[in-house]
Amino acid sequence: MRRIISVLIENEPGALSRVIGLFAQRNYNIETLTVAPTEDESLSRLTLSILAGNEQAEQITKQLNKLIEVVKLIDLTEGEHIERELMLIKLQAAGAQRAEVKRTSDIFRGQVVDVTQSTYTIQLTGTTEKLDAFLKALPESSVVEVVRSGVSGLARGEKVLTV
Amino acid sequence: MLIRALQDEGVDHVFGYPGGAVLHIYDAVFRQNRIQHVLVRHEQAATHMADGYARSTGRPGVVLVTSGPGATNAITGIATAYMDSIPMVVISGQVQSHLIGTDSFQETDMVGVSRPVVKHSYLVRTASEIPETIKKAFHIATSGRPGPVVVDIPKDMTDPTNLFDYNYPEKVTMRSYSPATRGHTGQIKKAIRLLAKCERPMIYAGGGVVQGDASSQLIELTRLLGFPITNTLMGLGAFPGTDKQFLGMLGMHGTFEANNAMHHSDLVFAIGARFDDRITNTVSKFCPYAEIIHLDIDPASISKTVKADVPIVGPVDTVLDEMIKLLEPEVAARSEKQQQMLKEWWEQIEGWRKQDCLAVNRDESEDIIKPQEAVQAVYKATNGKAYVTSDVGQHQMFAAQYYPFDAPRKWINSGGLGTMGFGLPAAMGVQVAFPDEQVVCITGEGSIQMNIQELSTCSQYGLPIKIINVNNQSLGMVKQWQDMQYEGRHSHSYMDSLPDFVKLVESYGHVGFRIESRDELEPIMAEAMAIKNKLVFVDILVDPSEHVYPMLIAPNGSLRDMWLSKGVRT
Repeated sequence: MRRIISVLIENEPGALSRVIGLFAQRNYNIETLTVAPTEDESLSRLTLSILAGNEQAEQITKQLNKLIEVVKLIDLTEGEHIERELMLIKLQAAGAQRAEVKRTSDIFRGQVVDVTQSTYTIQLTGTTEKLDAFLKALPESSVVEVVRSGVSGLARGEKVLTV
Repeated sequence: MLIRALQDEGVDHVFGYPGGAVLHIYDAVFRQNRIQHVLVRHEQAATHMADGYARSTGRPGVVLVTSGPGATNAITGIATAYMDSIPMVVISGQVQSHLIGTDSFQETDMVGVSRPVVKHSYLVRTASEIPETIKKAFHIATSGRPGPVVVDIPKDMTDPTNLFDYNYPEKVTMRSYSPATRGHTGQIKKAIRLLAKCERPMIYAGGGVVQGDASSQLIELTRLLGFPITNTLMGLGAFPGTDKQFLGMLGMHGTFEANNAMHHSDLVFAIGARFDDRITNTVSKFCPYAEIIHLDIDPASISKTVKADVPIVGPVDTVLDEMIKLLEPEVAARSEKQQQMLKEWWEQIEGWRKQDCLAVNRDESEDIIKPQEAVQAVYKATNGKAYVTSDVGQHQMFAAQYYPFDAPRKWINSGGLGTMGFGLPAAMGVQVAFPDEQVVCITGEGSIQMNIQELSTCSQYGLPIKIINVNNQSLGMVKQWQDMQYEGRHSHSYMDSLPDFVKLVESYGHVGFRIESRDELEPIMAEAMAIKNKLVFVDILVDPSEHVYPMLIAPNGSLRDMWLSKGVRT
């Protein structure tokens, strides 16, 4: 099953390579990975989405916790949570296609962030499923380029991941 | 600055090899006398020496190597220590910081190369952080589940003209690192309940008991409970090998009684062991009737391969102390029925013991020496009291089977990584730590040649190690598998062009013996052991066709499925 693990990690050189190395070394798969410093400059927050069964997920969180630079982590999928991913997508938008693309984008609440005579670049945020659905709804031939940020997430309610 | 930090850390020996990137450090080594530096002939050997030093003393081993090839040569030894959870601090020189990333001379990304085989690593970025980094490195290497830590230091960081106020921290606190200091009370109570009601218990103790200095607690617990106990290869000596309650080693080449008792047990209490694949055989068939209590300092070791019913994360010594207190009234209140069940369990075990699976199978009319007999002769000549290191292969298993250890830290071998070439340098590390003790390296003609250059280091430092070369003129364990699984096709397992070991060691100034017949074995062994101030190399020609038994049957076998001798299985 798909899981989202949020990790607070010391904001030090080499820390990220240890996390990635761990996944390669132990034969775990990473679906997406996002990382950036937090409001506390000494910490980075890393969000991993992975595909793993219960036992493997338990082992992954234990191995991550063993890394000296990992301060704290939480498996967001164990509780209620909010997750979002950002996608920028450049589409062929000429002639009759132009209006169609715009309509589909509106349905998904996408924003057009760049326009030329032949292309639209649309920004879309949402869950991974929503972004996937949007891609499916577009005619394949119109998609020029796609970039996705990977999943970020927070637990709902009072639950937080802080030091 | 670095050397002063090592002194303040209480380091007495450093094993290393100089080079460009560590010249400033070596100059500092030269100008002091509190730390003795042992100059090796190859950096791999330096790491194994530090490892042998650490395994025998319990104190961290320290290695000093230069950048590039010096650092990469150390990798095998670091990986060896990592797999067996041995505390070690490896200081590697790095090119000057402004040259990092430019493919400069003798540059290797040591932090990157070593990353999968270290507990942690540091690249020093400013000279003033050296003392604190060293403190952290030793703290991490020695606490929790121990392991090797690399500190990579660019040459300009150790420039003696670069002065700053030195302050060695008393202790370090790290928000992201705090190993468990005691076990969870609720879990301990659950374990006590299982231990009080089980009928066919087994204690399965591993290297964590040795590394965690919990041998006395293990003995007390096992005696109190009256349960049978087995040790892993890494745990040998944690419980006295000659004790009646001890069933021998378990696993791949474990005894008939230990493996059968594990298989039929209804409660396995795993202490500082990690259910390695050399122990479990087919995981789905492992201990099918047993509930499992697993005590370990490393949470990631628990339920990694075999699901624990009662996991306890904590230091083995503290948790066992607590358990002994709680168990005393339970044992005193044992019902007659319970006592009867335990008695019947022991009777069943004694039945398995009667198999006498380690009896040496030989034709008395032949003069050829069996490798098992070579190990038995070492045991006899040392009264079972020596520090014994081994290399990897058949001789390692024979040593584990035929040299029972009555104390921890006496048996020193590369269990996890299985590093050939480990034995001699490890023995040197032990001898450096204990100059007056008998140190024996049981090796083979394959393994010894992987670090044989260290005979030179032994001359330089006058290390009177006794090297027992169990010489079967082949890579015995490889050959055994080829016999059993590849219809006897001995692909590259034959050791051709062997040196005359006696002449070779004599050229280094050591003493050499060669034993070819049975009647020479015990007298020459006794003579060799009696030479106190010289390294003695005993080359023993043994039966090249001998296999190690018992041996678990794989794939798809359980722990009770074993080969007992050639062609004879359970």
